[in-house]
Amino acid sequence: MEEIISDESLNEEVLSEPVESETGKVVRFSDLDPRFKYEIQAEPSGEFITRCYACGTCTASCPVRAIEETFNPRRIIHMALLGMKEEVLKSEFVWLCSTCYACYERCPQDVRITEMMNALKNLAVKSGYIHPAFTAQIDLIQTHGRLYEADSFVNKKRVKIGLPELTETPEPIEDIFKATGIYKYSSKANESSEESVDE
Amino acid sequence: MNRKKPRFALYLGCTVPVRAQNYELSARVIASHFDIGLVDIPGFTCCGFPVKSVSQETSLVMSARNLALAEREGLDMMTLCTACTGTQVEANHLLKHDTEKLAEVNETLKKEGLEYKGTVEVHHFARILYEDIGIERLREEVAVDLGKLRLSAHPGCHFFKPSEAFESFDDPEHPHVYDDLINATGAASTFYSERELCCGGAILGIRADVAYEMVAKKLSSMKSSGAEGMVLICPFCNVMYEQNQRKVEKEFEQEFNLPALYYPQLLGLALGYNPDELGMKLNRVKPKQILERIGVVSDKTSS
Repeated sequence: MEEIISDESLNEEVLSEPVESETGKVVRFSDLDPRFKYEIQAEPSGEFITRCYACGTCTASCPVRAIEETFNPRRIIHMALLGMKEEVLKSEFVWLCSTCYACYERCPQDVRITEMMNALKNLAVKSGYIHPAFTAQIDLIQTHGRLYEADSFVNKKRVKIGLPELTETPEPIEDIFKATGIYKYSSKANESSEESVDE
Repeated sequence: MNRKKPRFALYLGCTVPVRAQNYELSARVIASHFDIGLVDIPGFTCCGFPVKSVSQETSLVMSARNLALAEREGLDMMTLCTACTGTQVEANHLLKHDTEKLAEVNETLKKEGLEYKGTVEVHHFARILYEDIGIERLREEVAVDLGKLRLSAHPGCHFFKPSEAFESFDDPEHPHVYDDLINATGAASTFYSERELCCGGAILGIRADVAYEMVAKKLSSMKSSGAEGMVLICPFCNVMYEQNQRKVEKEFEQEFNLPALYYPQLLGLALGYNPDELGMKLNRVKPKQILERIGVVSDKTSS
C-alpha cells in the first residue's frame, strides 16, 4: 500500500524551501502536487504509471522524440510522478504522441505508455486545456457522425465510380457525447449556452 | 468444398469513403474475386480514434456502438483503415474482458435500443486475406508477372499493435505478415531502415512540422532501398505519404516521386485486373513507371 500521507509530510517537512537557480529551471518541490499521480491512476489507462523505473526505453524508441525533443516520454512520466501537474497538463508536449505503440510494446515495466498518454490528455481536457485541433474534430464528428462530411459532391463522385452512397448518422453521436460528458466542448453546446446567458 | 462463404460488415470509417475511394473500390473488387461477402451498414459512424485523446470513455462507447450494429446483423467486422482497426480491436478486447465496462457502455447504448454482447471479431482486410484466403491461394491466382517490382511495405502501426489486443497476430518487433502478402503477388518487399517508423498522421493537426519530418525520413529511407513505390493499407498513412508527398518534397528540397499503391490495387494488378477497375486514376502520385514496368497500359493513368 502506498501512503499519500508520507508524500505530504515529505513535501512539508523536508522540501518546503523553494530552490532557485540562475536558469530558473530547477524543480521547486514546494510547487509540486504529490497527489497528481493518484489522479492519473484514477483515469482509465493511467493505473500503471507508478510502475515506471525510468529506464528510458520509451524515449529511445519514440519516433517523435527523435525529431522534437520536448516530447520525451520518460521525462513526461517523471514530471508526472514528481507532481508537476500544471507543467504537464498545460504543455503542448502532452498532445504529441503519434500513438505508434513502439514504447508500449517495449516497456519492461508494462506501463502501457501509449494508453497512459491518453489518461494525461483526458486529464488535461478536464483541467480546461483541450487542444483546439480536438475541439474542431469533436464538432465535425458531432455534426456528421464522421470526420468528413458526406455531401452531394462526395456522393456524386462515389456513385460515378460505382460505390454506394454514404449516409450520415449524427444523432446517436450527439447523444453519446452528452452521456459521456464531452458535448460541452462542441461549439453547438457553447452557442446554446451563450443564448441562455442572453435570456 | 462446403465451406460457408465468408461474410463481413464492411466498416469504412471516416477517411476511406471520402479521401481513399480508390482503396475502397479495389478492396471491393478483391473481396468479390475471392467470394468474400461485404455488407454495408449505413448506421456506422467514426470509430472513436480522434476522440480518445479527449475522452477514452466516449471513444469506447463509439466503438461499442459500431460493434453492436455489426452484431445485430450477425456479422464480424472487416476494416480497411489501420487506425480504425486498432481502435475497434482494442475496444472489443476491453469489452470482452471487462464485464463491468461492458455493462456501463450498454447503459449508454440502451437509448438507441442497442446492446453489445461481445460476440464480434474485428479484422483488417489484409488480415482476412492472410488468414482466411491464405498466401498459397493468393500465389496460385497470380496471373500477371510483377517482375519483382521493388516496393516498400508500410502496414501502419495499428495493423498489429498493441499486440496484446491483437492477440499476437503478428510479431510486434519483427512483423512479417504484410511482407508475405506483398511477396505473394510477385513483387518484392524491400528492406529499409525506417520500416517501423510511424506516419505521424495522429499529430498532423497538432504539429505538422514534426509530422512532415517523420514523412521525409520515411520516404528517404524507402527511396534509398531502391523502392519503385510503396504499398499501403491505411488511408491516413496515405494522406501522409502520398497526398502530402509534394508538400514534403518542397519543404525538404528532396525529390521522392514514390507512387503509393493500396495493397488491393497491387494484388488486383497481379490477378490481372485493369488499373482503371482498381481506381488507379485516383492515385495522386502517378504509378506510370510501375505500370509500364509490368507491361500494363492504362490511358487514364498514363495521361
